[in-house]
Amino acid sequence: MRPRLPVTIEQRLRRPRWLAVAVPVGSVIFAFLVAALVLVATGHGPVSTYRQLFDAAFVEKGSLDQTLIAATPLAFTGLAAAAAFRMKLYNIGAEGQMYMGAITGAAVGLYLGGRGGPSPFVIAAMVVAGGVGGMAWGLIPGILRAFFRTSEILTSLLLNYVAGLFLTYLIFDSESYWRQTKGFNATVFPTGKPLPPSAIWPGLSFNLQGGIVFPLGAGLAVLVAVLLWFLYSRTRFGFEAQVLGDSPRAARYAGIRVRRKILAVMAFSGAIAGLGGASQVGDFSHALDGDPNGLQLRGYGYTGIVVAALGRYNPFAVVVIAFLIGGLQNAGAALQGPSFPSGLVGVIQGIILFAALGGELLTRYRIRIHLRGGRRVSGRVPEAA
Amino acid sequence: MNNSLAVVLIASGVAYGTPLLFASLGELLAERSGVLNLGVEGMMLVGAVMGFWTVERVHATTAFTLVLALLIAALAGAVMAAILAFLVVTLRANQIVSGLALTIFAGAAGLSSYLGNNLNLADRPARHSFQAFLPNSMQNWPIVGPILFGQNALVYFSWVCVVVIALYLSRTRLGLNLRAVGESPAAADTMGINVTRYRYVHVLVGGAFAGLGGATITLAITPQWVSGITEGAGWIAIALVIFAFWRPELCLVGAYFFGALQALAPQLQARNISLGPTVLWANALPYLMTIAVLVVVSSGTTRRRLGAPAALGVAYVREEH
Repeated sequence: MRPRLPVTIEQRLRRPRWLAVAVPVGSVIFAFLVAALVLVATGHGPVSTYRQLFDAAFVEKGSLDQTLIAATPLAFTGLAAAAAFRMKLYNIGAEGQMYMGAITGAAVGLYLGGRGGPSPFVIAAMVVAGGVGGMAWGLIPGILRAFFRTSEILTSLLLNYVAGLFLTYLIFDSESYWRQTKGFNATVFPTGKPLPPSAIWPGLSFNLQGGIVFPLGAGLAVLVAVLLWFLYSRTRFGFEAQVLGDSPRAARYAGIRVRRKILAVMAFSGAIAGLGGASQVGDFSHALDGDPNGLQLRGYGYTGIVVAALGRYNPFAVVVIAFLIGGLQNAGAALQGPSFPSGLVGVIQGIILFAALGGELLTRYRIRIHLRGGRRVSGRVPEAA
Repeated sequence: MNNSLAVVLIASGVAYGTPLLFASLGELLAERSGVLNLGVEGMMLVGAVMGFWTVERVHATTAFTLVLALLIAALAGAVMAAILAFLVVTLRANQIVSGLALTIFAGAAGLSSYLGNNLNLADRPARHSFQAFLPNSMQNWPIVGPILFGQNALVYFSWVCVVVIALYLSRTRLGLNLRAVGESPAAADTMGINVTRYRYVHVLVGGAFAGLGGATITLAITPQWVSGITEGAGWIAIALVIFAFWRPELCLVGAYFFGALQALAPQLQARNISLGPTVLWANALPYLMTIAVLVVVSSGTTRRRLGAPAALGVAYVREEH
């Protein structure tokens, strides 16, 4: 049958290896070109804006330090999303699981630190508590999916709002254990109780750009990435999870215990996000941040999905992308003002993600262009747009 | 009697439920064509900001400005939907990740916030908004007055939409073709139905409805703009389509139920009823109830997911079917 458009899309029989690199790189370049159009349309110079962004992210004094602060939570939420999405379990609840990890991590830090426990012990306990908090919150959609076949997409997302309300409630609408109730400031504006010094996470200092701290949380995230890689590519569990993701029916015929896998993956994914929450408290805020305009406004959980998708769910790629997107976010926050409205960074991120998703097509299909006169010219189109 | 909590809750449930109703009707059309649109929240937010922008910038009579605002909000939603349709229909990208990507792109930390801040829309009341317009004598009728006659024009328009969509799906050739596309695109293709065109059109119209839903919030319910004003309404709308078994008339019932849940906490506070620690539960109720109803609908005897289009979420590629 004659195609109506002079373009047809055919499935590739072989997927050339170089495409796996060329497509993501091409997608990012394409995305920055499209974002440049958005900038011009809204009256900003694209070249100078990109330059400013790059400088504010990686070059200026102290910028790398801030980029690491922005990248650490994204590495956790990105890994959390990657752990679940790889199995086609769409856990978009990293946001709420992170809040829960922050709440449990802060509770343990306040309690054990306040009793004068040795610092390494307090910190280790906070890590475990953060993981458990996130795991518990992640298991709710996991259980509903495993036993009632309820879409984990909607339940995990709706639980984000519940966790956010709970977080605000602990600091603003109650006299909870997490809230600072003593002192003059506490009566003016509600804040979280500050962690005792033994519960504050250490970092590695480097003498670069006038002092950079590599936070403990960032190290933990790299460790989690290694663990995740090992689990998915070197163990039976990872193999079975992969089979289940690709074909649930094949998994059932092969005797893979589907329910148990769903629960394990959701628990694992939630625990990673929860670690991110504990790291927020221990590494950076040093108190539970219940302000709706604080932690909750930054949307680390949602950006983590962008990070995971751009890294194509490969744990090491996710860590690298988290660093780059962290730079973008840090630069966006540093430049925010009349000439650089908030939300612009989200727009650029979204366009990069669209380009990457669209670019996937080129790895799976070949695009043929038919020129007039019936002559067929086979070739790749630089971008599918 | 008209001030009793029950009447006020039902009346405000209808008002608060209207954005949910518009958005879920749009989602229903997209899903009936086989496309799972998880970008509703983002489309609503862009519709909300563009509708509000129109009202702030256009200097004309109230009626004209408001109608124009609705058209622009619907157009903005449809433009967002066009991105999604291109990704999932033409480029066959994963529908779940693409929809999420759209919500992240357009959402509270993305385009809608960029537009609102760039156009200086924060911290100002709307110049025009939708109000109840029927005669006071009708609005004061016992019970039915506030519930049926004390509403704004968007509520009545949404009722027209429900009837039109219900008739479209069950009584017209185009509607039946649409259902064929959602159930079995290969069979529809064999019948000579253009699967791609049907999917594009219904995803775009669905986006327009989501944009309308967003504008309902900024022009009728809370006539102002703040970043992320929908607060998850788009996700509740997606869940509503599942509760409604993909039927428009049931979307209406569900939307009003969840509208009433959303109205509960503000209404109790307006009556100076101290909620104490239960304020948390009152605010979280719409989300928790959505989860509870989803669980009931998706398990047990209704396991067949009555009404779910068979090809939902699957890209159609002619050679592969």
